[in-house]
Amino acid sequence: MGTGTKDHAQLSDVFNEDEARVNWHDETLWFVRAKRDKAAHNIPEWEMLREIASQIKDNVLSDLHSYLLEFEANAQENGITVHWAADGEEHNRIVRQILKENGVDRIVKSKSMLTEECHLNEYLQQHDIEVIDTDLGERIVQLAEEPPSHIVLPCIHKKKEEIGELFHEHLGTPEGMSDPVFLTAAARVHLREKFITRRAAITGVNFAVAETGEFVVCTNEGNADMGAHLADVHIACMGIEKLVPQRKHLSVFLRLLARSATGQPITTYSSHFKKPRPRQTMHIVLVDNGRTKQLGRPDFRNSLKCIRCGACMNTCPVYRRSGGHSYHTAIAGPIGSILAPNLDMKQYADLPFASTLCGSCTNVCPVKINIHEQLYKWRQVIVKEGHADPAKSIAMKAMEFTLSSPSVYKIAGKTGRMVMKYAPFMVNNKLNLWYNQREMPEPPKQSFGEWYKQQDFSKEKTN
Amino acid sequence: MTVGLFIPCYIDQFYPNAAIATLTLLKKLGVNVVYPPKQTCCGQPMANSGFEHLTQGCNDLFTDNFAEFDYIVSPSGSCVLHIKDHLHAQGKKEEAIQIRKKIYELTEFLTDVLKVEKLTASFPHKVGLHQSCHGQRGLMLAQMTELVDRPYSKPMQLLNMVEGLELVKLNRPDECCGFGGTFCVAEEAVSVKMGKDRVADHLLNGAEYITAADMSCLMHMEGILRRQKSKVKVIHIAEILNAEAPVAATGTTAANSNKPLNA
Repeated sequence: MGTGTKDHAQLSDVFNEDEARVNWHDETLWFVRAKRDKAAHNIPEWEMLREIASQIKDNVLSDLHSYLLEFEANAQENGITVHWAADGEEHNRIVRQILKENGVDRIVKSKSMLTEECHLNEYLQQHDIEVIDTDLGERIVQLAEEPPSHIVLPCIHKKKEEIGELFHEHLGTPEGMSDPVFLTAAARVHLREKFITRRAAITGVNFAVAETGEFVVCTNEGNADMGAHLADVHIACMGIEKLVPQRKHLSVFLRLLARSATGQPITTYSSHFKKPRPRQTMHIVLVDNGRTKQLGRPDFRNSLKCIRCGACMNTCPVYRRSGGHSYHTAIAGPIGSILAPNLDMKQYADLPFASTLCGSCTNVCPVKINIHEQLYKWRQVIVKEGHADPAKSIAMKAMEFTLSSPSVYKIAGKTGRMVMKYAPFMVNNKLNLWYNQREMPEPPKQSFGEWYKQQDFSKEKTN
Repeated sequence: MTVGLFIPCYIDQFYPNAAIATLTLLKKLGVNVVYPPKQTCCGQPMANSGFEHLTQGCNDLFTDNFAEFDYIVSPSGSCVLHIKDHLHAQGKKEEAIQIRKKIYELTEFLTDVLKVEKLTASFPHKVGLHQSCHGQRGLMLAQMTELVDRPYSKPMQLLNMVEGLELVKLNRPDECCGFGGTFCVAEEAVSVKMGKDRVADHLLNGAEYITAADMSCLMHMEGILRRQKSKVKVIHIAEILNAEAPVAATGTTAANSNKPLNA
């Protein structure tokens, strides 16, 4: 991802060097959050919908095994080939094998966070297979050779002028052109040729229905349909947690998804795929990649309820001011911070700490994942597993020593206040990360405890 | 009814006026209040940093200090939430469970237990109310903008009883200020940016004072305001609810901190 070994705090430092840009990023995403609020408040039964969605997903997770087998059997009956992948690597191999069998080395792909998680594009390109992302935002970050910074709005970190420059360089649009309508039209022409000439299309899956063996792909651009309808081979890649038991349950999730994501009542296209067309082959790749491991962690299993709406990112005050790339993982923001440590606790040890635990993420989540509580719990696990910064461990032990003893606490407090008062240079220097951009509190003469001790409350009347 | 007054460590050390105002206000409302002198901290700074396993000493001390009271009241939503969610005492399991049930943040104690309907306070200023997240979303002191539910706000309900006080409307009524405990230094850049943005919302809407039911958020915003050399001040909600009319403001230390801006 090109972020090297920097953690979230260091990457956020870099992001915050350009304050005007941070303001723009924050306001753009806050606008989406505000649209979400408006859409939610138009549905009086919104909170009930969230509760139902949460319960449906809890039910799926409680019997995932049976639902998966039911889905597989029904999909096979519909003429779909079903593949199982234990991890990202196996998923990538399966996709490549299907393409190889069909003699295809150029494909189109609509948005799929799963394929980002598995790094499918890099893998296929290493094996001389060209992948064109057809979601406009994803195509833009692909041209920029960057990962998406947001699961719903992949290029939300890019300004239209920057997109204009990219299109000028790669698609030959006139220099300095940044009109969104013009740029979108240029992208459309560029992508149309790809849709017509590519013989295989990959799509993601938003929901898969166990009862019928069908799956649903939601897009605003219709690019999943364009790809799948024109291709001889349709490969749909999905995480095993994407199931819903019955088709009727879609009525709950389709109402929640787009409202939570962008504030739209529903995505422009909610396309149901059930069986291949004549002379078309259709494949589904069911991917675990750590999901069953997460299912086995009681404190964290319900993170698998996620329907990838991105509402927690839009509302997160930290995400808005640090940008998606600062999370150095395919799925950024609060939800990414509780999913990623499951995959690699050491590499993502910083993410559960990239939060103030304000709880807004939990409140917007359409399937009621207790995200901020899981962030707190991951912190405990990460420290216990030995991934905490040694300096922090020492500081925490010193704090424990001071705060566990009333007498040590009193002396430390008094000394601390005296140092701040009479030797402020000891505290107010550039080693003090508080003082860099904030003044220290003015130390009072007395603590409350000291004041209280001097009072004579004996004459007060009490009831 | 005897109330144990829990004054979090940083309020004890840096903001004694907020604690004095809490004590004075409760007494004014006829409550028998006792401050156990051996208290230190709820343990939250360690727990939120992933070191909850180091908080046993704090937990045991807290339980020893507060088990005997009918209620425990504190002028900090965040510390109260921590006790409610995470207090576990080794030898005194049942006492700890009881404490978790009988601890209240100051404003919710006033509205829900004392059922205060009027106050004698006067504070003729434009005030911005910062909804501290742990109090609001954790203790549910006020309705949250994310949820589709009836609006209410316990701190606002009390501020509306204060004579002369004008609440300013904010563009983002419940966005986090970015303090976040150790987050404020571990993620300095984002923390400061969040604080600057929160402060700017209050300034833009004409607040003379920023108040909250949590002093930690105010400490963070105060640090930013003072660095900006702003005249806008932070003040704990207890100090406003305890503020006497200017003519009567001669007695307590708490009232002295409520001087008008130009004084």
